[in-house]
Amino acid sequence: MDFSRRLFLKTASFGLLALGMPPSFLVRAAEGEKGKWGKVLVVVFQRGGMDGLNAVIPFKDRSYYSLRPSIAIPEPASGEERAIDLDGFYGLHPALAPLKSLFNKGRLAVIHATGSPDNTRSHFDAQDYMELGTPGIKGTPDGWLNRLLTEKRSEENPFRAVALTQRLPRILAGSSPALTMTSIEEFRLRNALLAPTLEKLYLNVKEPLLRQAGENMFEAMKILRRMEATLPPAASDGYPNGRFGASLKQISRLVRANIGLEIAFTEIEGWDTHVNQGGAAGTMANRLKDLAEGLSAFDRDLGDRMEDVVLITLSEFGRTVRENGNRGTDHGHANVMFVLGGKVKGSKVYGRWPGLEPELLYEGRDLNLTTDFRAVCGEVLSRHIGQKDLSKVFPGYKFPSRPLGLIA
Amino acid sequence: MALLNQEQKTIHFLNRVSFGATQEEIEKVTRMGISAYLEEQLRPERIPDPLVEEKLARLKTVRLSSKDLLELYPPPNQAKARGVQIDPMQTPRYVIFELQQAKLLRAVYSQRQLYEVMVDFWTNHFNVFAAKGADRWLVTSYDRDTIRPHALGKFKDLLLATAQSPAMLFYLDNWMSVSPDAAVRPVRTNGKPPARQGINENYARELMELHTLGVDGGYTQKDVEEVARCFTGWTIRHPRGEPEFRFEPRTHDRGEKIILGTKIHEGGMEDGVKVVDLLARHSSTARFIATKLVRRFVADDLPSSLVTRAAEVFLQSDGDIKAVVHAIVSAPEFYSPQAFGAKVKKPLEFVASALRTLGAETDASPPLLRYLVRMGEPLFLAQPPTGFPDVGSTWVSPDMLLARMNFVADLASNRIPGTSAKAEENLTLLLAAPEFQRR
Repeated sequence: MDFSRRLFLKTASFGLLALGMPPSFLVRAAEGEKGKWGKVLVVVFQRGGMDGLNAVIPFKDRSYYSLRPSIAIPEPASGEERAIDLDGFYGLHPALAPLKSLFNKGRLAVIHATGSPDNTRSHFDAQDYMELGTPGIKGTPDGWLNRLLTEKRSEENPFRAVALTQRLPRILAGSSPALTMTSIEEFRLRNALLAPTLEKLYLNVKEPLLRQAGENMFEAMKILRRMEATLPPAASDGYPNGRFGASLKQISRLVRANIGLEIAFTEIEGWDTHVNQGGAAGTMANRLKDLAEGLSAFDRDLGDRMEDVVLITLSEFGRTVRENGNRGTDHGHANVMFVLGGKVKGSKVYGRWPGLEPELLYEGRDLNLTTDFRAVCGEVLSRHIGQKDLSKVFPGYKFPSRPLGLIA
Repeated sequence: MALLNQEQKTIHFLNRVSFGATQEEIEKVTRMGISAYLEEQLRPERIPDPLVEEKLARLKTVRLSSKDLLELYPPPNQAKARGVQIDPMQTPRYVIFELQQAKLLRAVYSQRQLYEVMVDFWTNHFNVFAAKGADRWLVTSYDRDTIRPHALGKFKDLLLATAQSPAMLFYLDNWMSVSPDAAVRPVRTNGKPPARQGINENYARELMELHTLGVDGGYTQKDVEEVARCFTGWTIRHPRGEPEFRFEPRTHDRGEKIILGTKIHEGGMEDGVKVVDLLARHSSTARFIATKLVRRFVADDLPSSLVTRAAEVFLQSDGDIKAVVHAIVSAPEFYSPQAFGAKVKKPLEFVASALRTLGAETDASPPLLRYLVRMGEPLFLAQPPTGFPDVGSTWVSPDMLLARMNFVADLASNRIPGTSAKAEENLTLLLAAPEFQRR
């Protein structure tokens, strides 16, 4: 460790001790220098219901082509605008090309015909069910990432769980505090003189909603300002333009800062492709490109640190197997999930393929579900995070007796 | 908890039926009494509003038709292709800015506060994302000609108006939904194979889930498909040429449909009208609208007795919005101590109430509008059809709270171009304090 960094850690911890705060994150940061880093879980929510059948194409299932005359992705062959072969049965959408090398390197796993078993086709309910982790039950008071935070009981630190969104997502809502932040740089009060009085006002307010948010905000601001000088710079290139790329870039920065980050959340919108979703090019292809470029930049940016990181994608439901009258697809059922990380057993499409013949479809129209999303998430939690009691995170769910084997 | 005293009642009432109580209105209510003031607010057409009219006079686009907006504010790439110099004041972006400006000006300055609250409520209930394609030119008319005329009228009329509005037809894709055996052949575009003919479920689903029955209102996937069939042929003449509602008989599904157990075989456009009628009078709709209104006016933690009564008023009055609102804000539950300060202000309410409290001068131009974006409420720009959720936890997070404090800091130091307020430091603190985040 160089001298200036050691000096910083020393001074900063004095400041925090004076405020009566446990400098645990600094201890962790110092440990980080020795190579002992905490595990990080990143969740990406694709809002709107991604069309998994056009993201990861079952090109050997001929029904796929008969049911999608104008939007199907041609099977792999030489030339562009075709599916990219993964294993002789499934192929990646051409806009997901950046994910192919991650798949080949064994860092990316795909799970097909997965999702939430509830039959709702409401965006709102389906997202809630997936974020609460209790399909079919709306009354669950907290999100499953928040329950995970509560279970882990590590030392308090506003950076344990960060959503790179304005709003606190349901998945992180609950009794354990979580931070929301859209920009590290802009996370500051423009009239610093107001801070001490306002902080007092918020700490003393009775109701928990404003108190928690206020407390977390002021604490996070202090830590950020103290650490600012040593925060690793954001990667300069590779990330796609726009909010999604920017949010992944910030997550990577927080991981590399060893600030005590355990859970990060971000989202990417625009998957509700009822009209002209396009095939190899078009609306959905643009969203996929954003997704793939973001994930591959994130992996590249974090490099060796990906050994400690697992990223999971979620989307509330898949879409109808048949295309509709407008070269689009309506709300469906099972979908695709991606799991990315250094310790992920990639190069494989997991899950049993249920088939697309009419009699095999869910409610006569949608892809059937063969893997519950909780089975995937639960496996990551136990194998990557070391969470033993999964029933606390996903209450009421009976995990399959045989794991998928996603994590090495 | 003690019951509210008269002064608390007045402030509470005003904070719920307006975008923030002001000294002037408190005095007025004290003079007139709450009940007379409410009657006045429920007849907005009789309230003169010269200040707002003067402020709005400067906004050119809010009075133009969709067709004129399309011509005068073309997309930048089209203007470029024509070789015309792009003037940022002649782009569709500018149209949305003026729409946002008008909304914020009305929230701050209008004398018809309850009416503006209701316009805001229905705009969110019947959400249209103004940045989706042709909607950039259609939402101006949607606000002016669809929502505003019915905001305190009959729910059924409002529902039909939204169903036939080009903005909604475009946003939820119904304009492209056609019968699987329609008489017209699909057009082959860009050499791609023609699309399959068929319905698009988007509008039908959201119509029942979000506009009327509510997600637990008792409909099935089959009902969604049947409703979609009823609305086939409800389309737009030409979204980017002649953006008007049109019924196209050739794409209408003429078969019999069954919705919620009721057979619908009216023939032609009447199928859709019949669905609107059926849904507008349904008891689940009454319950769903009552729930949302009670949540808006009273508390996130719903007093169920009041929801039940408001739903009854809805059914008995044939969906008279005035009657339902009247029943809610006159109810004992409305004045219960639990309801006092129980609602978190959403960003529009927070910003408008701050400006009203300070008696600030504003043109509501983009520098001010940007703060609403930072706080999470870009006006007319909620992407999902749900609009913005109306519960406190939606609007309180560390990031959003910081945005509120920075707005107050910038307002107090007069750093917002187009907006000026005289504020001393203790007043600034007051606006950034936890209490002011609630109403």
